Amino acid sequence: MLITCPYCGPRDVIEFTYQGDGNRERPDPASQNFEAWNAYVYDRLNPAGDHNEIWQHSGGCRTHLRVVRNTLTHEISSVAFVRGDHASGARRKAEDRS
Amino acid sequence: MVERQSPLEPELHIGSHGNFEHGIEILLTETRPGSIVQLAAWPGEEKNLMTAIRTVTGLALPDGAGGGLSDGVKSVFGFAPGKFTVADDAEGLAAAFAEAVTPAIGTVTDLSHGRTVIRIAGPKAEWVLAKFFAIDFALTAFPVGAGRSTAHHDVFAQIQRTGADQFDIYVFRSFARSFWKALCHASEEVGYEVQ
Ligand SMILES: [Zn+2]
Repeated sequence: MLITCPYCGPRDVIEFTYQGDGNRERPDPASQNFEAWNAYVYDRLNPAGDHNEIWQHSGGCRTHLRVVRNTLTHEISSVAFVRGDHASGARRKAEDRS
Repeated sequence: MVERQSPLEPELHIGSHGNFEHGIEILLTETRPGSIVQLAAWPGEEKNLMTAIRTVTGLALPDGAGGGLSDGVKSVFGFAPGKFTVADDAEGLAAAFAEAVTPAIGTVTDLSHGRTVIRIAGPKAEWVLAKFFAIDFALTAFPVGAGRSTAHHDVFAQIQRTGADQFDIYVFRSFARSFWKALCHASEEVGYEVQ
């Protein structure tokens, strides 16, 4: 499986670390809403198809990435930086011209 | 000046090795830069950091992920969004950048004693490195001056191409001897010279 890091380009999955379900929303740390915490810790969509995931390019540029991966085919339909302000760093195409 | 010891020393054997009867196709050296720093820009400050790099080193970074260049004495390349590695044959980079990179622009980390730089050169350099790293070493995909962040068996490596058939590999000093030995073994079949 290849993940195309927006900074580094296509890399083998061995360079990445899975950081969990990208659909989770963490409650405010001060929250005592136990249902919300229970959902955050345990509830998963477990879809057979496209799945929002967080990965880290831990063996490369070390950025965190939002990845949409198909759980049936492993096809990856989108990869983006978690941090929006890194978008200016996604300049692979500019370099490809040289 | 304190003489810095090389972590490679017990395994650094000057001379020709391996299958070199038909010519030497790999040259291995330790470049031993006097200073190595890592620079990181705060959000939105990348251009200002690139200007600071130009002020300190005289090197004008090209745009582009992993963009970089080297003048043979000083080298710089991007290794992550807004982050750059800079090396200089001379000492004192960290002090110079501490002046130029204000707290509003970003951070300076002195890695002069934390990284070892191994240079692999020669007509088979791409071929030997392809045994280590699952990245494209072709000149069109990895142009001269550019940098790449990758890993070999969990040993992080930052690689800068400093010539058409020459690469400088930055590895953690504590792993450097092990990595060096692996590089020597991988170079044996094409014949290599340690300089
Ligand atoms: Zn990356």
